[in-house]
Amino acid sequence: MIRVQLPYHLRTLAKVDDEATVEVHGQVTMRSVLDALESRYPMLRGTIRDHATGQRRPFLRFFACGEDLSHEPVDAPLPDVVATGAEPLVVLGAIAGG
Amino acid sequence: MSGVRVLAGTRKGAFILTSDAKREKWDVSGPHFAGWEIYHLKGSLADPNRLYASQTSGWFGQIIQRSDDGGKTWHQPGTPPGEPTTTPDGMPKGESNKFVYDTSPETGAPLTTHQFYDGTPRPWEFKRVWHLEPSLTDPDTVYAGVEDAALFRSTDGGQTWQELAGLRGHGSGPNWQPGAGGMCLHTILLDPSDPNRIFIAISAAGAFRTDDAGKTWQPINRGLYSQYIPDPTAEVGHCVHRIAMHPSRPGVLFMQKHWDVLRTDDAGESWHEISGNLPTDFGFVIDVHAHEPETIYVVPIKSDSEHYPPDGKLRVYRSRTGGNEWEALTKGLPQSDCYVNVLRDAMAVDSLDSCGVYFGTTGGQVYASADAGDSWAPIVRDLPPVLSVEVQVLK
Repeated sequence: MIRVQLPYHLRTLAKVDDEATVEVHGQVTMRSVLDALESRYPMLRGTIRDHATGQRRPFLRFFACGEDLSHEPVDAPLPDVVATGAEPLVVLGAIAGG
Repeated sequence: MSGVRVLAGTRKGAFILTSDAKREKWDVSGPHFAGWEIYHLKGSLADPNRLYASQTSGWFGQIIQRSDDGGKTWHQPGTPPGEPTTTPDGMPKGESNKFVYDTSPETGAPLTTHQFYDGTPRPWEFKRVWHLEPSLTDPDTVYAGVEDAALFRSTDGGQTWQELAGLRGHGSGPNWQPGAGGMCLHTILLDPSDPNRIFIAISAAGAFRTDDAGKTWQPINRGLYSQYIPDPTAEVGHCVHRIAMHPSRPGVLFMQKHWDVLRTDDAGESWHEISGNLPTDFGFVIDVHAHEPETIYVVPIKSDSEHYPPDGKLRVYRSRTGGNEWEALTKGLPQSDCYVNVLRDAMAVDSLDSCGVYFGTTGGQVYASADAGDSWAPIVRDLPPVLSVEVQVLK
């Protein structure tokens, strides 16, 4: 089970109180985790990745184990501790006012 | 007994304000979608309990929300869990939140460029839905005006959206440019007498009309004069802020432009100015009395850099002569130290016997008049900045 920490507004949309959890079959990558997340929580489709380009939204970043994974290839394996659920994948919204 | 339901979109959520036909005491529901920008929400004439809302965010993109019970509960239409999330080429699979420009060879138009503020070319890029216009006859059909300017339509209750690409493909797109709020398609008027005729308006391109249900479009900007563009009488490039129509006379349109208030009596073939004795003819909103097609309302704003009323006095101006002759409506509105704005989608009228008029301000007030503008009172005073106001009459 993979744990995903979402920003407050996405937790509200997905109706999860704490972390979202997903199962990934096969290699655990950013793409496969986001695919699984959007499959289990379809209301999140388009909110993390742009519909037209598939790109991460510019005001969101991806972190795990204190490392910024935002600019890693989406098909690169995520750290083992994320794949095993020991550490969460963190989707972080920018502190950008508003 | 009949009543009214006012739908207010704000910078930080949606609010639903309800009253009986007296329109004196109000119940306030909200915020719905707290913390999100609700650019617009509107109900279906064919099914008043069917509401559509545009929920948007610079962080998280565009969400379409739908209610089938008059705003008590909301859901994103058509997002069944468990289905594949990506297309074969790896793109997130759309559903209700997907607004992707149609570039297919069969039905679409190439994604060209429009002008940025400085005149340099910029590629089209979807940002948000500004306006949702439900069909006059089918609750499941709804139009969406978006930024960067294009028109989309859903025929399945908001589950999926298809662009009417003939508008963006009209050929003048490279000369469209953003207004201060972005390059938005903000006005959609459906002709009640002709289902094939639609009017739309874009800041800053101008007004367009289709007579074949959206396949082809023509600009309808003859008579507009805009000093702030290189050719003040150009076919496109005008910053139209809002257009209004009375349903009994769909060939007569009233326009609040960046500067100037105008009307056309021939479905946009030619426009003429009707600013008359207004204290300033800059503004955003314009609307028409529900029962008097020659009675129109505007809220004059001092200038395009000072987005507040002249002299700190919030005044609605009413013309009972289809323009040119205007009277200030002040009773119940602040007449000193008022520096709010009234944005383009933030005025509406109801169709009760004594026509109600409503508008919202960037200061968070929603004002209502139950006597066609003669007197006003705030329904609420302290909402987040109001982006849009719509009203429904409930039987």
